[in-house]
Amino acid sequence: MKILVPIKRVADPDNANKVKVSADGTQVTTEGLEWKMNPFDEWALEAALRLTEDGAAKSRVGEVVLVSVGPKEAVATVREGLAKGAERGVIVEGNDNDLDSNVIAAALAAVAKKESPDLIVMGKQTVDGDSNVAGTVLADKLGWPIINYAMRIETSDDGKTFAIKRDLDVGVASVKVTGPVVITVSDSILHPESVKNGVTPADFKYPEAEGGRYASLKGIMQAKKKPIAEQTLSGLGVDAKRTVTYKKFELPPARSGQTTFVESVEELVEKLRTEAKVL
Amino acid sequence: MTYLFETDEHQTLRAQARRFAEAEIAPHAHAWDEAGLFPRALYGAMAGAGLLALGYPESVGGAGDIGHMLVAAEELLLAGKSVGTCVGLGSHAIALPPIIKLGTDAQRERFVRPVLRGEKIAALAITEPGAGSDVAGVATRAVREGDRYVVDGAKTFITSGYRADIVTTVVRTGEGHGGLTLLVVERGTPGFEATRKLDKMGWWASDTAELSFDACRVPVENRVGAEGAGFVAIMMNFVTERLMLAGQCVATAELAHRESVAYAKERRAFGKTLSGFQVTRHKLADMSCRIAAARALVGEGVMRFLRGDASPALAAKVKNTATDMCTYVCDQAVQIHGGYGYMREYVVERLYRDARLYPIGGGTREIMLELIAKAEGY
Repeated sequence: MKILVPIKRVADPDNANKVKVSADGTQVTTEGLEWKMNPFDEWALEAALRLTEDGAAKSRVGEVVLVSVGPKEAVATVREGLAKGAERGVIVEGNDNDLDSNVIAAALAAVAKKESPDLIVMGKQTVDGDSNVAGTVLADKLGWPIINYAMRIETSDDGKTFAIKRDLDVGVASVKVTGPVVITVSDSILHPESVKNGVTPADFKYPEAEGGRYASLKGIMQAKKKPIAEQTLSGLGVDAKRTVTYKKFELPPARSGQTTFVESVEELVEKLRTEAKVL
Repeated sequence: MTYLFETDEHQTLRAQARRFAEAEIAPHAHAWDEAGLFPRALYGAMAGAGLLALGYPESVGGAGDIGHMLVAAEELLLAGKSVGTCVGLGSHAIALPPIIKLGTDAQRERFVRPVLRGEKIAALAITEPGAGSDVAGVATRAVREGDRYVVDGAKTFITSGYRADIVTTVVRTGEGHGGLTLLVVERGTPGFEATRKLDKMGWWASDTAELSFDACRVPVENRVGAEGAGFVAIMMNFVTERLMLAGQCVATAELAHRESVAYAKERRAFGKTLSGFQVTRHKLADMSCRIAAARALVGEGVMRFLRGDASPALAAKVKNTATDMCTYVCDQAVQIHGGYGYMREYVVERLYRDARLYPIGGGTREIMLELIAKAEGY
């Protein structure tokens, strides 16, 4: 099985206080930010790796191709994914300011057409833009089904059909779908028994780890030798343009850090209404 | 700031260690320190994350070198904020190398691999109630009787000793330096007992034990290397141990500095933040300079070690430089925090206590000076 996993480097959400807005308010400046793989993409990568391996024997039985659309520096993020076990990477070079979900989806569609994967597994959103649409737009461009918020994936014996449980606010939806298909995952996909691929023994349990597996030093060393192809939007024949433009950015007001102690619930409600003005 | 020897590979490794420590250690750092122990399962989790076997040969399931071990240890400490937990998790780094270097394949299989898989805990036992720096003064005796050694004596200040499954133990089988031998004593061996979990000034989350050997019969196949090879094995260990301890000092000081910067930018006095005062900014700058200097020397020690020319005297210089720096920085960190720096709920209070061990453990500051003086021919 061949799986395409789109990944994006994002500003480390744990250092969100370093995010600054340019003086004219037209863009978020990236100087001094620390970068990491979009956490939602880490979940997708974990799901894809589980689908393409024998988890008990720790051997690979399929191929995971990482694709990132963004600046050249994203290579470090792709390498980290390769260190976790993916086979190879593709970087489609693009300036972050020229990209939106529409352009990203068009670029991913172009790569998917070249690679012909059985599945595209991706994060449901990125923690920077939070648009939550790239997966759906990508499926639309490819004419493939889209299954959002997958929390459990089970491969059928022929490897083409998937029984998927979707994590919804109102409950769990069970669906069956035949590939190729675009799947976005929820954090429940990290559950020790959330992925069954027919190769890993059915009773095997993955260790609990927030964010999926760690890259071992051996994996990190091997990743240096794995191929990363460089592409350009024009080279892929992508002429999509941004459909969303940002008019203005501003930082949220600084918190006062003041603490007020109240004696009763009534007083709390009153203060939330009159002083904090949040009710 | 990172070490000059670091490559992209080290950076990625740091990211893994940071993630592990943020998820698995930091949320419990204070509680484990107060409880005086961290859960045994953490060894397995650490092995699963690929962090327990760093710096060991591939032949025993390891990967990387001392540089990888050092940066991962730093990140675990910076993100996990528990010196005690980190040193407890790392006690095998002094217990296993003699077995790897001098032991048999069967010993490596029995003792080394399970520890690096996180299934067993290893400790090194040299110090005795009556012999610390003076290694040649070891009095725990082992007398050969057929296919066993009968061991009598006591060890103290043994990191991870209270729940260790295997203890690499220095015993006396003859006179003088050449009369020291290494035996692996396994938990459950009749006559071997962890008699006391010691209460310490710092490093609370790691257990430190007093061990007793009372006619303890250890199989001859648990002897590491030849009889009398113990002293040399211990000396070989000291260079890496001291570089690692120096690395811990850099990491501890870096954490104390970070905590101080954050506090100084937040805490207000006389109408402005502490960092608004030149005296505070200069204190922080001074701390930063000393950390950078010690880091540079630790990095040089590591690079020379990897080139094969790190002498015991260089390791001693590295250790003293780093411990002195760490003592100073942690003291200043408490000072910047004022009254809060003296309170148990603040990280710097803990670091101040943790830091006090370094000029003593792994060879005292004075023994280091002696080593340097001898090497320099004073």
